[in-house]
Amino acid sequence: MDTTPLANGRNLLEVRGLTKVFGTLKACDQVDLTIAKGEIHALLGENGAGKSTLVKMLFGSLEPNAGEIAWNGQPVRITSPGVAKKLGIGMVFQHFSLFEALTAAENIALSLADDTPISTIAAKARALSYSYGLPLDPDSLVGDLSVGERQRIEIIRCLLQTPDLIILDEPTSVLTPQEADKLFETLERLRAEGKSILYISHRLDEVRRLCDSATIMRHGKVVGHCNPRVETPSSLARMMVGTEVKNAERTTASVRGEELLSICGMSRKPAGPFSMPLKNIWLSVAGGEVIGIAGVAGNGQGELFEAISGEALQESADAVRIRGKSAGRMGISARRLLGAAFVPEERLGHGAAPRLRLSDNLLLSRHSTDGKAFVGTGGMVKSGAIQKAAQRIIEVMDVRKSAPDPEAAALSGGNLQKFIIGRELDRNPSVMVVNQPTWGVDAGAAARIRQALIELARNGSAVLVISQDLDELFEISDAIAVMHNGELSKPIPIAEATLERIGLLMGGAEPGHLDPAKEVA
Amino acid sequence: MFEDILITIATAATPLLIAAVGEVVVERSGVLNLGVEGMMVMGAVTGFGVALTTGSPWLGVVAAIIVGMLFSLLFGFLTLTLVTNQVATGLALTLLGLGLSGMLGEGFVGLPGIKMSYLHIPYLTDVPYIGRLFFGQDPLFYVSILLTAGVAWFLFRSRAGLTLRSIGDNHTSAHALGIKVIGIRYLAVMFGGACAGLAGAYLSLIYTPQWIENMTAGRGWIALALVVFASWRPWRVLAGAYLFGAVSIGQLHAQALGVGVPSQLLSSLPYLATVVVLVLISRNRRLTMVNTPASLGRPFVPDR
Amino acid sequence: MRIELVKRPERSKLFAALSPFIALGLTLIAGAIMFSLLGKSPVEALYYYFIDPLREVWSLHELAVKAAPLILIAVGLSICYLSNNWNIGAEGQFIIGAITGSILPVMFPDFQSWIVLPLMLLMGVAGGAAYGAIPAYLKVRFNTNEILTSLMLVYVAQLFLDWMVRGPWRNPAGMNFPETRTFSPSAVLPEIWSASGRANWGFVFAIVAAVALWFMLSRTLRGFEVQVLGQSPRAGKFAGFSQSRMVFFAFLVSGGLAGLAGISEVSGAIGQLRPTISPGYGFAAIIVAFLGRLNPLGIIAAGLVLALSYLGGEAAQISIGVSDKVVRAFQGMLLFFVLACDTLILYRIRFVGASAAKTVEARQNV
Repeated sequence: MDTTPLANGRNLLEVRGLTKVFGTLKACDQVDLTIAKGEIHALLGENGAGKSTLVKMLFGSLEPNAGEIAWNGQPVRITSPGVAKKLGIGMVFQHFSLFEALTAAENIALSLADDTPISTIAAKARALSYSYGLPLDPDSLVGDLSVGERQRIEIIRCLLQTPDLIILDEPTSVLTPQEADKLFETLERLRAEGKSILYISHRLDEVRRLCDSATIMRHGKVVGHCNPRVETPSSLARMMVGTEVKNAERTTASVRGEELLSICGMSRKPAGPFSMPLKNIWLSVAGGEVIGIAGVAGNGQGELFEAISGEALQESADAVRIRGKSAGRMGISARRLLGAAFVPEERLGHGAAPRLRLSDNLLLSRHSTDGKAFVGTGGMVKSGAIQKAAQRIIEVMDVRKSAPDPEAAALSGGNLQKFIIGRELDRNPSVMVVNQPTWGVDAGAAARIRQALIELARNGSAVLVISQDLDELFEISDAIAVMHNGELSKPIPIAEATLERIGLLMGGAEPGHLDPAKEVA
Repeated sequence: MFEDILITIATAATPLLIAAVGEVVVERSGVLNLGVEGMMVMGAVTGFGVALTTGSPWLGVVAAIIVGMLFSLLFGFLTLTLVTNQVATGLALTLLGLGLSGMLGEGFVGLPGIKMSYLHIPYLTDVPYIGRLFFGQDPLFYVSILLTAGVAWFLFRSRAGLTLRSIGDNHTSAHALGIKVIGIRYLAVMFGGACAGLAGAYLSLIYTPQWIENMTAGRGWIALALVVFASWRPWRVLAGAYLFGAVSIGQLHAQALGVGVPSQLLSSLPYLATVVVLVLISRNRRLTMVNTPASLGRPFVPDR
Repeated sequence: MRIELVKRPERSKLFAALSPFIALGLTLIAGAIMFSLLGKSPVEALYYYFIDPLREVWSLHELAVKAAPLILIAVGLSICYLSNNWNIGAEGQFIIGAITGSILPVMFPDFQSWIVLPLMLLMGVAGGAAYGAIPAYLKVRFNTNEILTSLMLVYVAQLFLDWMVRGPWRNPAGMNFPETRTFSPSAVLPEIWSASGRANWGFVFAIVAAVALWFMLSRTLRGFEVQVLGQSPRAGKFAGFSQSRMVFFAFLVSGGLAGLAGISEVSGAIGQLRPTISPGYGFAAIIVAFLGRLNPLGIIAAGLVLALSYLGGEAAQISIGVSDKVVRAFQGMLLFFVLACDTLILYRIRFVGASAAKTVEARQNV
């Protein structure tokens, strides 16, 4: 094979016709990708477009069903991450591949093939991390670190292998805007050193700012190549999604209704060895408004959600008030009976039981709320009524599924989330608390969900949305509060909120509720 | 007299120690093998039978190790390749081991066994008070101490041990880094099986050199409890094993002295002590959560 | 060649129904091989194990006698295992139920009335449930592993029974044999149809318990709770179900049923307490529970199969001289096969030939 069409001296990596099939789903279908030396190349696409599958094949974690890969013009077969590392491919994972019970240095050691002593690795990692402005203590336990710090470990680990190509999978999704800026500087410096970077994202602004070229994927296929610097965000979005995506329509809240949910001085001890305590949280949500809670993952949002929902009880009954009733000592079912509804972050295994059918999952949150509609005397389950209600939700929320009443695990993330949100909306709750409403959900479903939340508020309910997606919060919230390190800032009305101000709060620069200058009566 | 008691305690503790140290390695890799009792009893019957037929206790020991390993492979195939429930499969291994050993050992019941001879080093063993304690015990006693030291070094000082612990902490991350999760778990499970087989041979070749059906009498389960008690650390397993050795020897002496408490109730002391110790150690939820390998007992199916 | 599992999008209903039968078939094949190795004719041996005991009415009665405790214990265990509570100490709960249930006939032999029997049964249930409550309490209160505690308590119960029948409860007129006095007629569980065989009301209890628990599991909110908490505890908490209460519920139900099995066995089949009152029913019931796929109706069938293996073991020992120890090896193998076959419900199994992988490699390395 002396005249292989793949050979090209300028290109570091060339991929032709890469295909990966899971069951009946073509996650990657005949994907082509070319990365030149010394460029930052964006891989753009929605959730579920096949980006992660593609990079897992490039890193040897997944085996392609068909296709070819050439590295420096030579055809290669990347059968394992070890092979990828030897070639010079490094990877920073989206869901970190770190070990919480081990130290940062041990984590780094695990991905290096040789037998260098841990102390040497620690010293090297420390030196490298400071030289790139990403300070890191190699002896700390990963479980004790923030998400941003964990990402530093991933990056340092990757750099210590001196790769020629660095793959970053959605790296800014866990960072504050300021931390993201810092990361961009690092990446630009790496490019200046002659390294290539494959940068995976669905955030258009940062791609336009950072990347030299882009490959766009949709439904497992490559749908275009472009120079992102000459495109507009909307032209990129159109390529990514295929159609125009409308932002949720928002009319400003007319009158602030009566207070329906209030949290008064809530504190909570850390539940597990690596979880966050809650420190003196105050918040009030009135009928008709959407309050957003921003923050980097792992700053206590999950703990706050559990405390509001009643999965974790408070010491004082007044710590949570729902429609004026003290609910701090009530369990989740009693809080639902007061008119509250909850949607947790984790869909499978928290908001829904994976191996139960959708109709059974309806019963999960509604066995005690709907009078005797679903559960009769003596605890008899009325499956007919439940089936009917599930069907209604499926129609209203446009849930797409393959069987009449499939198991929750058989649905795509977006469709399951639509069902879970629909399950709660169907009750017409007066208080709705949602954690990460559109995480991992495709653009169409996300728009549908956001619109539904806004409509619920406009009809007089109080809506509290916890999210790490700032664009989403700016789109739907009337005010945004920020969680950092288990503390919650005062909500900033949307008219006064800027990306920079929220970003600073997310980084913990300014605990808002302690600042008397911004105290609003 | 005092030396005698210490030596008998060591004899009672050694099989627990060997089995538990093996299980520490298995559980550190994230696999919960509740079949220790079954592998142990298979080791006991094999060790006894092979020693009896060949006349060599050492061949018995080797055979017991091999059978323990083969038995653990069965467990490994089900839980690692077929991803069956680890708790249920471990129980199945125990039930199968108890059943098979009863069947295989039927002809051995009542036969006098072959006892492995104790170490004797001229002069050293004859040193008064401590000579026999340090230089005059059975060979497997020394093996058990070396094994503990070796496993402690392996787990916390070697790179391979770090890799094994990483799998126990988060098998998904380990897989993403290219660590061969299933392969390493197979090795760990086999090591645990070898140790359990060896511990069984200790019972039928040294502790009571004969074959009695169900002669492990729950020691495999106590070994499992020791692993929890020791929060997955080899030297603490040693401390725990000797504690249990002391309890079981203590109750035997109490029975011999006739302290007026029925013998059956004294015999139940080691089991009750296990329960009490488990309660004491697990009361501190935070401590257990930090120490328990996070992937313990969770099924792992890699994406391909 | 290597084996790969491919997750099915939905659990396979076909294999959920078939897997116990495949497992039984594989066990029979393995058993046939085992008998050949023992130098017996496999056909003859399997005949004595599985056909011969079914040929006469009296032995069908014996089948019911053996199946009753297995079914009673196993349906209780199914609640435990479905809710992810690993009670493996049913043998101990069986023994304690037998002891507490025997308080009246052993200590007050002169108290004879129609009410004795119902009281005995109630006390048996209470004793088994109370003994099952110990690991439940330790799990809820101290986070102690219930597998280990419930098993340790089996040994304690066995030693306790041994002491009782050799010590305080030994029959004063029993020539120093380790057994209690025989129960008076009013304390004996009557036979269902005494004209044809020994089967007693214990079998009726077993069927009633199985049907009742089947109904609870499949039709009521409590059954839903069992499933949800067992499959995903966090979703259960989100539903507002209490994990701690479920632990107690599962252990009390299974302990109570094991206790009922214990007193029924003693009062119906044995008629007195002895040092050993169970051929390992509490452990065999674990196999029954899984063979019945944790479904109470399936467990009735599975209980009969295991009971048959006990009877077959006795028959084979008498007729072809195979040790009755073979039975337990058989039962252990059965559980192994059941667990292995259950994999097919959630996964498809793919055999990846090494040759196929190599050709790809060869092509790309040209």
